[in-house]
Parts: sequence; C-alpha cells; structure tokens
Amino acid sequence: MAAEGELTSNEYIQHHLQNMVFGKLPASYERADGQVLQESAWTLAHSPQEAKDMGFWSVNVDTLGWSIFLGCLFCFVFHRVAKRVSEGAPSGFANFVEMMVEVVDKNVSDIFHGKSNVIAPLALTIFVWVILMNIMDIVPVDWLPILAQTLSGDPHLYFKVVPTTDPNITFGLSIGVFVLIIFYSIKMKGIGGFIGELTLHPFNSKNIFVQILFIPFNFILEGISLIAKPVSLALRLFGNLYAAELIFLLIAMLGYYQFPFHFVWAVFHILVIPLQAFVFMMLTIVYLSMAHDTH
Amino acid sequence: MNFNATLIGQTFAFVVFVWFTMKFVWPLLLKQMHDRETRIADGLAAAEKGQKALEEAEIRLTELVDEGKQQAAEIISQAQRRGDEIVEESKSTAKSEGQRLIHAAEAEIERDKTQAREDLRKEVATLALAGVEQILMREVDRNAHNEIITKLSSEL
Repeated sequence: MAAEGELTSNEYIQHHLQNMVFGKLPASYERADGQVLQESAWTLAHSPQEAKDMGFWSVNVDTLGWSIFLGCLFCFVFHRVAKRVSEGAPSGFANFVEMMVEVVDKNVSDIFHGKSNVIAPLALTIFVWVILMNIMDIVPVDWLPILAQTLSGDPHLYFKVVPTTDPNITFGLSIGVFVLIIFYSIKMKGIGGFIGELTLHPFNSKNIFVQILFIPFNFILEGISLIAKPVSLALRLFGNLYAAELIFLLIAMLGYYQFPFHFVWAVFHILVIPLQAFVFMMLTIVYLSMAHDTH
Repeated sequence: MNFNATLIGQTFAFVVFVWFTMKFVWPLLLKQMHDRETRIADGLAAAEKGQKALEEAEIRLTELVDEGKQQAAEIISQAQRRGDEIVEESKSTAKSEGQRLIHAAEAEIERDKTQAREDLRKEVATLALAGVEQILMREVDRNAHNEIITKLSSEL
C-alpha cells in the first residue's frame, strides 16, 4: 500500500522500481527540483532521469549494498559453522548448512568431472548468495523502503531491496561466470584450442579454402552461443525476480485486500526463490564443465 | 535497465566471496563432514563388533552355566554315593564290632565257666577226700588213696 497518498499507482510502482543511485552530476545540470548545479557534484539521484544522466560511473547503493551485506552474511555464517570445533552430532543450523554443502557437492561431482578447487565453492557461493538475495523478495515491499525513508528523513528516497531485481547484480554474477568459462577454456585447450573451438565448429572441411570460408560463419555461431551463456544466465534470474517483484507491487496496491493475495503469491514465490538459485548454480556448473571438457 | 558501475562492484564482490568460500568455508566444512562420516562409520563398526562380542559372551555364558550345572549334579551324585558308602561302611563296622564284642563276651563266659568248673572240681575232690578221710579214719594211707582220688576227680 502506498504510504504516500499523493502518489498515483503508476508513480508508486515506478518509485519502487528505481534504484538509489549515487553518481556524479555535471556542472550546470538542472536537477529534478529545478535547482541548477554550479559545479559538478557527487550526489544521490532524485529522479530516474538524474540516475540516467549520471552515466556509467554511478552505483546503485541499495541493491549493491544489500547484495554485499547478504554475501557477507553468507560468508560469516558459513565460516562460523565451518570453524566450530564440535566432535558430536551437528546442531540444527549446522545440519542445514551441511545439507546445502552436500547438495552442491553432489551436483558438482555429478556434472563436473575435472579436478578443480574453485567450482564447488563457486557453486555454493552462488547458490546460497542468490537464495539470500531472492529471499529479500518475501519481505513485504514497503517495509524496508519506508524504514529507510524514515531513518534518512527523506520521504522520496529510492530504496530497492531485492538485489536480483537489478540487472546490474545478475549480470555482475554472470560476468564472473563468463570470465571463468573463458579462463577454463583457455586453460584446458590453450589459446589456439579455444580459438579453434570458436572458428572450426560446427562446419569444417578438409579443403583449406572452404574452411577459410567457413571460419567467419562458425565464429558468429559459436560467438553467439558463448555470449548467450552469461546473458541467459543473468536475464533468467533477473526476469523471474523482477516479474515477481512487480506482482508483489501490484498486490500491495490493493489495500487491505492484499493480505490473502500476498500470502498466496508469497507461498508460490517460495518455490521460485530456491529454484532460480538452483538453476543459476546448475547452469554455472554445466557451462564450466563444458568449458573444461576437451573434445 | 541502465547499466552502471554496480556491475563492476557486484563482479568484484562475487570474486571476493568466492575466494573467501574457497579458502575459509568449503575445505573446512568438507573436512568436518568427512571426519564425522569416518567417525560414524567407526562407531557403527565398533557397535557391530560389540554386538558380536556380546553374542559370543552370551553363548559362552550358556556353556558355562550348563557346565556348572552338570558339575554340580555330578558332585551331588558323588556326595550321595559317598554318603551311602559311609553309611554302609559304618553299618558293617558296627555289625562286626558287635559280633566281636559278643564273641569276646562268650569267650569270657566260657572261660569263667571252665574256671568255675575247675574250682568246683577241686572243691569237690577236697570235700570228697575230707569225707573219705572222715569215714576211713586213720587207716587210710593218704598217699595211696590220693592217686585214686586224683583219678576220680579227673574223671569228673
């Protein structure tokens, strides 16, 4: 429910979908409230337009902050469980952590047949971190923004809580995976092998001239399939969570009628949260094992 | 969807978290779980061994009890036999002792009887002699007649 009565539903949704952006505005820039800057300044954006005008070198403070906070939470909690020196049976929470580790370990050893110290921890990090980021979606959409607005004293503060509804976050993850894909491809097959993989498949010929003709065509095909991996990875996660968040926002505008709807959608969404995290993890493992396999 | 430096920040954070997990979380957790697995397997094996030992001990126990029972029964029957023997023995001893006592008493009586008869015979001879002496007065040659009397008395 919109706390600010003067907002139309359209404005309410747009407000919720805008990140809190911190960046540099150029000199003599006219701000959202009509004020004109004397000189360039680092500041928080007060409108979507300002956020856009800050260009690439600006940061979504809210989603990146939550993302890093949740990542730290994951590291802290798992490290504590890992460090504890208990000889006896594990307690409830340690059981949960170990269950996660077991799921990841089993999937990694099922899919990835090479030897790597990175894949399993990587998969665990992705799985738990993405779950944590997705779970922020369950928190009723107005709670944390209103809390932040109250604490900061700015009633129009943008505050987006669910990191995975920000494409920057999901692409940030998938770029990391993409770099690893390339790293493993080159490590296992050499630079020549990697370039060969990109240019000599799927069409090849014994005739050297025909082969040369095939190379650009192959490169386009393989290049697209390579680029499609991180893009699909990031867009799948972003799309699912963004859509779910949007529906939560629509439900939140129903006033008191929202409660049953919110409950039903939240229950449904509980299925989506770990599923998306699991899919992200599984595809990461699959892509990396594909990069790792030599033909 | 406007991309900005959040992308770089997130990628960097991702790398740091993966590195942290790789260094400080995953190996520790895996080692811990592996250790516990080994410990549980060991415990189960030990329990099985204990179970087996218990079963063996139970079998041995039954054997021992049976053996003990058998031995006890043997000892009891031996004791009974021995008791019977002792009773028999003492019975026969008593019997023979009694017999012996009876024999001794009889011999004693016999001896006494002979003695008495001897004494009596002597007495009778003396008496007879005295009587004859009385009757025949002094005519009787004591030495001549003594032979006859002795002969008589031996015939008694």
